[in-house]
Amino acid sequence: MSNETKNGTDERVNEMSSFRNALIRPELGGIIGTIAVFAVFIFLAGDSGMFSSQGVMNWSVVSAQFMIIAVGACLLMIAGEFDLSVGSMIGFAGMLIAIFGVTFGWPMWMAIILTFAICTAIGALNGFICIRTGLPSFIVTLAFLFILRGFTIFLPQTIERKTIIGGIREAAEGDWLSVLFGGKILQGFFIYLGDLGVISVFARGTRAGQPVVDGIPMLIVWAIALVIFGHILLTKTRFGNWIFASGGDAEAARNSGVPVNKVKVLMFMFTAFCATVFATCQVMEFGSAGADRGLLKEFEAIIAVVIGGALLTGGYGSVIGAALGALIFGVVQQGLFFAGVESSLFRVFLGVILLGAVILNTYIRRLITGER
Amino acid sequence: MNAQTEATPIIEMRNIRKTYGPVIALAGVSIKIYPGECHCLLGDNGAGKSTFIKTMSGVVKPTDGDIVVNGDIQNFDNPRDAMEAGIATVHQHLAMIPLMSVSRNFFLGNEPTKKIAGISFYDREKADHETMEAMRKMGINLRGPDQAVGTLSGGERQTVAISRAVHFGAKVLILDEPTSALGVRQTSNVLATIDKVRKEGVAVVFITHNVRHALAVGDRFTVLNRGTTHGTAERGGITPEALQDLMAGGQELASLEGSLGGTV
Repeated sequence: MSNETKNGTDERVNEMSSFRNALIRPELGGIIGTIAVFAVFIFLAGDSGMFSSQGVMNWSVVSAQFMIIAVGACLLMIAGEFDLSVGSMIGFAGMLIAIFGVTFGWPMWMAIILTFAICTAIGALNGFICIRTGLPSFIVTLAFLFILRGFTIFLPQTIERKTIIGGIREAAEGDWLSVLFGGKILQGFFIYLGDLGVISVFARGTRAGQPVVDGIPMLIVWAIALVIFGHILLTKTRFGNWIFASGGDAEAARNSGVPVNKVKVLMFMFTAFCATVFATCQVMEFGSAGADRGLLKEFEAIIAVVIGGALLTGGYGSVIGAALGALIFGVVQQGLFFAGVESSLFRVFLGVILLGAVILNTYIRRLITGER
Repeated sequence: MNAQTEATPIIEMRNIRKTYGPVIALAGVSIKIYPGECHCLLGDNGAGKSTFIKTMSGVVKPTDGDIVVNGDIQNFDNPRDAMEAGIATVHQHLAMIPLMSVSRNFFLGNEPTKKIAGISFYDREKADHETMEAMRKMGINLRGPDQAVGTLSGGERQTVAISRAVHFGAKVLILDEPTSALGVRQTSNVLATIDKVRKEGVAVVFITHNVRHALAVGDRFTVLNRGTTHGTAERGGITPEALQDLMAGGQELASLEGSLGGTV
C-alpha cells in the first residue's frame, strides 16, 4: 500500500489525543448535562435543603424511579424498538399485585412472582407481534398502552367496585419477597451517621434522636443494580454486541448469524420486567395500587434515554447515559420545587434540556460514527 | 497454472440449470474453482451472474446439476450448508453495521468470550488485537479498533468484510461486484486485497462487469451470457476486446466501438 509509512501509520489520520478519545463517548452529553444541572441547582437552591440528607434522598428516589424504567427502555431502543406500554404496564402490574395479594388474599410473594410472570409474558407478546407482523413496535405497543390501561381500570372496578385497592402494606407484613422491594438497607449505618451528627436527626417527638433519613430504600438499590446489570450486558458480553447489531441493521446482523428476533423479544421482556420492578416498589411504598399509576411514564423513560445519548432509530446508546438522563430528570423535577420555581415551568425546563441534549448528542455521535 | 488444473477443484459446478417457471435463468453452466486462484465471473446485467452465485452460496437450489465440493457431490439446502463447506459471500450490501466499531463488526456473530467467575464475557482485548492484526495484514491502518465502520471508505469496508470472511475460515470467497461503486484508488485497494487473499490459498470468485478490473487480478475468466457460458479462458489467452465482446454478445458493441473510440 502506497499510503503506508514506515512506522505503520497512515499519514492521513491525525493523531488523536487520549484525552479527546476519553471524552468522545456516548455518555458525554449526559455527563455535561448532569454537571450543568447540579451547578444550576447548587446556585439556585443551595440553601433550601435540597442538599441536606432529606433533600438528597428526595431527588435520589425520584431519579431512581426514572432510572429503573430508563434501563429497560434504553436497551430496547438500542435493539431498535420502542415500548410505549411501559406506563400502562406499571399501573397494570401494581393492580395485579393488589388483586392477587389483597382481594384474593394470596401470600404476597406468590402475588409478586405471578405478576412478574404475567407482565414479562405480555412483554414477550409485544415483541412476538412486532417480529411476526413486521409492524413498527411504536404501533403495537401503542395498542398495548390502551389495552393494559383499560384492564387496569376495568379489573378493580368489576372486582372491588373502586379504582384504588389499599391494604397492601398490611398484607405484605413479614413477607420475605416484598422486603426486596419495599424494605430499606444500611439502617444501622444511618443511625451511626446521625449519632456522629453528619446527617440531621429528629429533634423531638417519639423518634427523637433517630436520623431523619433512616436507610436506603430498595428502590434505589434496584435502580443501581439494574444500571450495572444493563451496562455490563451491553458493553461486556456477546449478547450486548447482538443488541447493538439488531438495532443498527437487523438484516446485516442476521447475515452474520445474530438471532435478531430472539434478542428483540428478550429486550421487550426485560423492559416489562423493569416496569414491574417499578410497580412493585411503588405499591409497597404507597401501600395501595391505583388505576392511574404510571401515566406518561413511557415518555419519561424515552426522554431520559434520549438525553443519555441513545439514537431513537436504534443501534447506538449507553445505559450509563440513560441513567444520567434519569438523574437529570429527577434533579430538575425536584430541584425546581426546592428552588421555589412555579411548578408549571418544569415542562419548559424539560423541553429546553431535551432539545439541548439531543443537539449535543447528535454532534458527539457524528464525531464517533462518521454519520453525515 | 498447469499444476493447479490437475489438482482437484475446491468447488465444481456441473451443468447448473435454474428455471423460474418459464424463465430460464441458467441453462447448464459448469465451472471449476481451484484453491489460490482468482476466478473472474463476467457478464452483463441479466446474464445470470447473481443466480449463479446464489446457487453456489446455497441461497437458491438449482433446478438441475451438481455442486461438487472437494470431490464430493454436495447439494446445499441452505446458506448454512454452504458456509460450513467454507464458502463465504461478501455481498454488495455488506453485512456490516456502520454505527458499530470495526472490531465489534469483525467478530459479529463469532464473538470471542472469556470466563470470569463462571460467567462468559465478551473478550474485548482479544477481539481488538486480532482485528488490528488482520487489518494490518490487509494494509488498512485503523485509528483504533473502536473506530466505527461508518468512518471507513467503501473500499476499506470491502476489505474489512473480505478479511473477516478469511479470518473465519473461508476456503472460497465469492465477491459480488466489490468494485462497482468505488473510486479508482479504492478499487485498487480492493484488488490488492484480493491478491493477498489469493496468495493465502483461498479461492476467490470475483463477479464484475468491468473487464479492466477482471484482467488486473484474474487468473481465469468465465463469461456468462444469457444463462450460458462461453467457456473459461486462461490469463493471457484472451484479449480485453475479446472479453468485452463475449460479455456483450458481439455485434452491438463492435458497431458502437468506432464512435466511442475504444473507451468502453
